[in-house]
Amino acid sequence: MTSASPSLTPVAAGGGEPSALAEIAQETLALTRRLFVQLARRPSTLVAGVLQPLIWLVLFGALFANAPEGLLPGGMSYGRFLGAGVIVFTAFSAALNAGLPVMFDREFGFLNRLLVAPLRSRSSIVFASVLYITSLSLVQSLAIMGTAALLGYGWPGGAGLLLVLVTLLLLVFAVTALSLGLAFALPGHIELIAVIFVANLPLLFASTALAPISFMPTWLGWLAALNPLTFAIEPIRAAYTGSFHLTDVVLVAPYGSLTAGACLAILAGLAAGLFLLIRPMLDRKLT
Amino acid sequence: MIELQHLSKRFGGRKAQPVQALDDLSLSVPAGSLYGLLGPNGAGKTTALRILCTLLAPDSGTVKVAGVDALAEPRSVRRLLGYVAQEVAIDKILSGRELLHLQAALYHMDAADRSARSAELIDLLGMGDWIDRRCGTYSGGMRRRLDLAAGLLHRPKVLVLDEPTVGLDIESRSAIWQVLRQLRDQGTTVLLSSHYLEEVDALADRLAIIDGGRVIAEGTPAELKGALGGDRVTLRVREFSDEQEASRVRTLLQACQGVRQVVVNRAQGYSLNLVVEDASVVETLRRQLVDARLPVFALAQSRPSLDDVYLQATGRTLIDAELSVAGRRDLKEERKQSMR
Repeated sequence: MTSASPSLTPVAAGGGEPSALAEIAQETLALTRRLFVQLARRPSTLVAGVLQPLIWLVLFGALFANAPEGLLPGGMSYGRFLGAGVIVFTAFSAALNAGLPVMFDREFGFLNRLLVAPLRSRSSIVFASVLYITSLSLVQSLAIMGTAALLGYGWPGGAGLLLVLVTLLLLVFAVTALSLGLAFALPGHIELIAVIFVANLPLLFASTALAPISFMPTWLGWLAALNPLTFAIEPIRAAYTGSFHLTDVVLVAPYGSLTAGACLAILAGLAAGLFLLIRPMLDRKLT
Repeated sequence: MIELQHLSKRFGGRKAQPVQALDDLSLSVPAGSLYGLLGPNGAGKTTALRILCTLLAPDSGTVKVAGVDALAEPRSVRRLLGYVAQEVAIDKILSGRELLHLQAALYHMDAADRSARSAELIDLLGMGDWIDRRCGTYSGGMRRRLDLAAGLLHRPKVLVLDEPTVGLDIESRSAIWQVLRQLRDQGTTVLLSSHYLEEVDALADRLAIIDGGRVIAEGTPAELKGALGGDRVTLRVREFSDEQEASRVRTLLQACQGVRQVVVNRAQGYSLNLVVEDASVVETLRRQLVDARLPVFALAQSRPSLDDVYLQATGRTLIDAELSVAGRRDLKEERKQSMR
C-alpha cells in the first residue's frame, strides 16, 4: 500500500473493486482499535473485570471449602469445581455488556458515522466487538486460571488450554451477538442495562457454575441442562481433569448425556444462529 | 447531481401522534452548486437529508445521487457523499487525528492517502494546534471543524451538512463558510440546511424553502427576492397600537397608490408590514399620515429579504414559525427516530 495516487479508492491488483475481505478487515481492525484505545485510556473496566472474578473465586471457594466429601462428581474439591464456572461466567458477563458501547454510540449519534460510511459489511461492527470482548475475556480467564493454579485448584494442560480458548470464543461470540442485537432493538441504555441486570445472575445460578446438576432439584436441573453457560462450563471443567477427549461425556443431563464435542457444537450453533438473527437488524437500520 | 422525487415520510403512529415529516418533497440540486435548504425547525430538513444519506428510507419517492439510486445501491451512494450531521458525533476519548484515521478506514483509504489528506484538511481548517488533543477537550467550533474534516476526508463528490453553523462563534462560522465556498469553486456539490436566513442568503447559489415537509419556493436568492418586487416597509404609528387603530391605518394605506399587501403584524404590537412599488411612495405615505393626523413612531424601509419570501409563501415569518413549532414537537419521538 505505497500508492501515492490521489484516487478516491485504492484499486486492487486485478482491477475493479478491492477485495471484500481486505475491506472488511480494514473496517474491523479500525473499529477494534478504537475500542482498545478507549480501554487503554480508561483502564478501570479491565481492572474491575480482572478483580471481580478473583474475588468470586476466593470468596466462593472459601464459602464452600467445607462441603461434605462426595458432594461433587469424582471427589473434586469445590475450588477446582468452581474455577470453570467463574471463567465462563466472567466471559459471559463481559460479552453480555458488549452492547453497551454500541448503545452509547447510537445515543450520541456516533453510530450514524458508521452507517453513512460505505462499509463493505456492517458485520464489521459485530466483529470488532467480538474481537475486543474475546481478547478481554482471555486476559481475564488467564488471570483466573493463574489464580486458581496458585490456590491449588490445578491447571489445564496444553490441549486443555486450547479447549478453554475455543469454548470461550464460541460463547463470547454468541452472547456478544445477542447483546448487540439488544443494543439495536431496545430504545435506550437504561433498558439495556435493565435486561443485562435481570439476565446476568439468574443465568449464573441456573447453570452448573456453582453446583452440579445432581445437586439440584429436578426443575432447576432441567434449566441448568438447557442453559448455554452449562455447555461452556462442562467442557472447560473436563479440561481441568487433565486427560480428556472431545468424545468424553461431560454433561449428564435429564434428557441424556452430552460429550464435550456435542457441547461445543451446540455453542457453535447458537453463535451462528444469533449472528444470523442480528445481521438483518443491522441492515434494517436503513428503514 | 441530487434528485429527490416525491419523498414522503411519516413518523410515529400507535402511541405518538403521527407526524408527516415529508409531504411529497421534490428537489433537484445541480452539480457543482452550493445549495441551501432553508426552513424553520421541524420543517423536514433533517429528515430529507437523512433520507439522502441512506440513514432513513422514505415511505415513498426516489433518491438519486449522480444518477445512482440511493435506495437500490446505498453503498455506492455512501461513497459519493460526505455527511456532516447536526449532532456532532465525536468520540471524546480519541484525539482528532485518531478520529480522522478511523474515518479513513471506514472509507477504505490507504495509509499514504490518509496521511496526505489528513494533513491537507488539518491545514485547511486550521486544526494543527489541537488535532492531537482528545476530542473531549474541544470547543463547539473545534468539534464542528473536525466533523467537517471527517466528512471531507474521502473527497466526496457531494457534501451534505445539516445546520453546520448552529451555535458557533463568528470565527468558526466564517471559517466554515469559506471552506464551503472553496469546495464549491473546486467542483464539489454542497447541500446545506439552515434556519438562518443570512447564512443561506450569503452562501447559497440556489435554495429551496421548506415548510411542512414540502418545498414552497425554489430559485436563486436574487430570483426569489426579485419575484416579490418592491421594498418592504414596516410602519408603526405608535410604539404599541391597538387593533382598531391598526385597521384604520390599514384602510388608509390600502387607498394609497403604489402600496400593495398591507399586513397587520399582531406579534409586533400591531405594526403594519407593506410592500411599496418604489421608494417615492414612502414620501406620499408620510404626507397622507400627517394629513390624517396620525403620528409616526417608526418607519423602516428595506429591500426584500428571504424572510419576506417565506412570509409571502406561508403568511408568517420564520421566527414565528419556529416559535409555533417549538411547542408542538415531540422531542422524545424525534430522538428515537434520530437514534438509529
